[in-house]
Amino acid sequence: MSPRIRVVIAKPGLDGHDRGAKVIARALRDAGMEVIYTGLRQTPEQIVSAALQEDAQVIGLSILSGAHMHICPRVMALLDEKGLRDDVMVVVGGIIPDVDVPKLNAMGIKGVFLPGTPMQAIVDFINANAKPAVTT
Amino acid sequence: MPDTQATESALARWRREVLAPSLKKVPERQDEFTTVSGRPIEVLYTRESGEPAGAEVPGSFPYTRGLYPDGYRGKPWTIRQFAGFGTPEETNARYRQLLAAGGTGLSVAFDLPTLMGRDPDEDVSRGEVGKCGVSVSSLADMEALFDGIDLGAVTTSMTINSPAAMLFAMYLVVAERQGVPWSTLAGTVQNDILKEFIAQKEFIYPPRPSMRLVTDLFAFSASEVPKWNTISVSGYHIREAGATAAQELAFTLRNGIEYVHYGIAAGLDVDAFAPRISFFFNAHNDFFEEIAKFRAARRLWALVMRERFRARNPRSWQLRFHAQTAGVSLTAQQPYNNVVRTAVQAMAAVLGGTQSLHTNSLDEALALPSAEAATLAVRTQQILAHETGLIDVVDPFGGSYFVEQLTADLEREALATFAAIDDLGGMVEAIENGYPQREIAHSAYDYQQAVERREKIVVGVNEFASDGAAGIPSTLYIDETAGERQCARLAAVRARRNQAQVSRALEALVRAAGTGENLMPLLLDAVRAYATLGEMCAALRRVWGEYVEEPTI
Repeated sequence: MSPRIRVVIAKPGLDGHDRGAKVIARALRDAGMEVIYTGLRQTPEQIVSAALQEDAQVIGLSILSGAHMHICPRVMALLDEKGLRDDVMVVVGGIIPDVDVPKLNAMGIKGVFLPGTPMQAIVDFINANAKPAVTT
Repeated sequence: MPDTQATESALARWRREVLAPSLKKVPERQDEFTTVSGRPIEVLYTRESGEPAGAEVPGSFPYTRGLYPDGYRGKPWTIRQFAGFGTPEETNARYRQLLAAGGTGLSVAFDLPTLMGRDPDEDVSRGEVGKCGVSVSSLADMEALFDGIDLGAVTTSMTINSPAAMLFAMYLVVAERQGVPWSTLAGTVQNDILKEFIAQKEFIYPPRPSMRLVTDLFAFSASEVPKWNTISVSGYHIREAGATAAQELAFTLRNGIEYVHYGIAAGLDVDAFAPRISFFFNAHNDFFEEIAKFRAARRLWALVMRERFRARNPRSWQLRFHAQTAGVSLTAQQPYNNVVRTAVQAMAAVLGGTQSLHTNSLDEALALPSAEAATLAVRTQQILAHETGLIDVVDPFGGSYFVEQLTADLEREALATFAAIDDLGGMVEAIENGYPQREIAHSAYDYQQAVERREKIVVGVNEFASDGAAGIPSTLYIDETAGERQCARLAAVRARRNQAQVSRALEALVRAAGTGENLMPLLLDAVRAYATLGEMCAALRRVWGEYVEEPTI
């Protein structure tokens, strides 16, 4: 059996609407992944350090407040700083205007999931695109 | 054989003789029919279904059928559209537009930094200023927000919780400067911290000092601002977080009970503050269940206030509520469908007897509403009020076997939840234990799985989907410079105020936070000195600390 994909689900920014983050965290766990939920109001620094400590292959950011263009570049820059850019795939879910999706992709966010995305589609995307977990 | 025939009910006979043969020819579409909350629904309700129907009348205890004997014949509900974005000047312009369109009340949406008691120039506020609401960090902002609007002539609702006392103090000082006596001010401050811990999660301090701010506001207003609704106990956010209709009802009313307990423990007479308690519910998709929820809410509150708290003033028994259509039901796909959803939800709120109503705009799954979309939402309410005849009769579903049964079932389930929370020691203890948070998360996941399996259909999303772009004219774009402009105004306020006066006011606040002294007069002093929201909240954080939620899935 291959080791389980490890995913950090994080809720950055001041917003507290965590329904989406919690539902997707459970869906990923039920799909066999190891899920670490950081809780609310995590800074980009805290999120990246959680991914490092947990040896995660995926960071999932839940952002509904419109702050994604401030938060995402900071997360990507920190991953670069730590040399994690190639090991950790970043995906974002939430209320993201269409015009911002290509900008997020261009900064290295692999998946942007808008309202109404089936949970299974997110599970499949992560299974297909995350770097395989290695046994340590 | 003749014996069983004699005891068989008319309903059972109908099932055997009429329904069963029909089902053999045309089977039902599903094995089980359930509401959007998962409640099983029978094919038919009759007088034999269980609940006696129609004995109650509106305008008298327990108010199941409505608070007023003539329903909306005397006065329709208040159209109250929640709005706020960017700077106070931009929001002020939207308010004037809403009032000109026939809106009769204002409702302030604050941005996330304001909701969290942070100033726009703090690091945590970066990227969030003016995004989800209007940025208000000092008296100068509050003055700009209501510029040219007579606070004596409008009613204002402010959706603010953790820092409710600070923002309310700013509003009171604006009234003072307009020359409007506080005794004439009417409106509502949400001030419902319990549902923040349960659902919306915009908390600053731990539950107990947070409850002290709530009761300080109750006590101050009872004598100084007697027409103001000092709390809006809110199920809306609990429902949006994933609760069922039954959970929304039960947790919200149990929160209401907790506030009354704390008010009494703070030395207030129940009839001195209970009449100023108001409620706020979600109006969701399931038409009959929602109507029943509103009816059950009124009956439960009347019973609780009279029996549990021995309130004597009938106004203490009367549950008045605001309703908002369900944001969570809106879809980003095929957004025009949202107009229809919202209209049906609004009908349920009206038939359930709401006192005021917000209808969501069609573009709100994508962004804050554009001016056009916001106007259409107002027109939706006006069509219901003036063209449909919905409001010419009181509680038309009273006496419906089905709706009365649903009302009674919801009431019974809420009473069982009240008992469970009482057993945990109260709602503050239940929150500390994580009980309502867990229950809501389970319901949210169950619903999402039902959507995933297509047991629940969302038109345009998991059925009847179409390709192509969202296709609405334009969404509101929040100018990124709102943050810079707010920081500039804040710097100007800090430069021209009397710093010694500000420091004295904040020190007085810190000293009083450790005592039992009512904090409202001290907050008013701080506001008059142009202390900022962030400074006032930071002062109290030094004494009370910050609440951090344990993350659980």
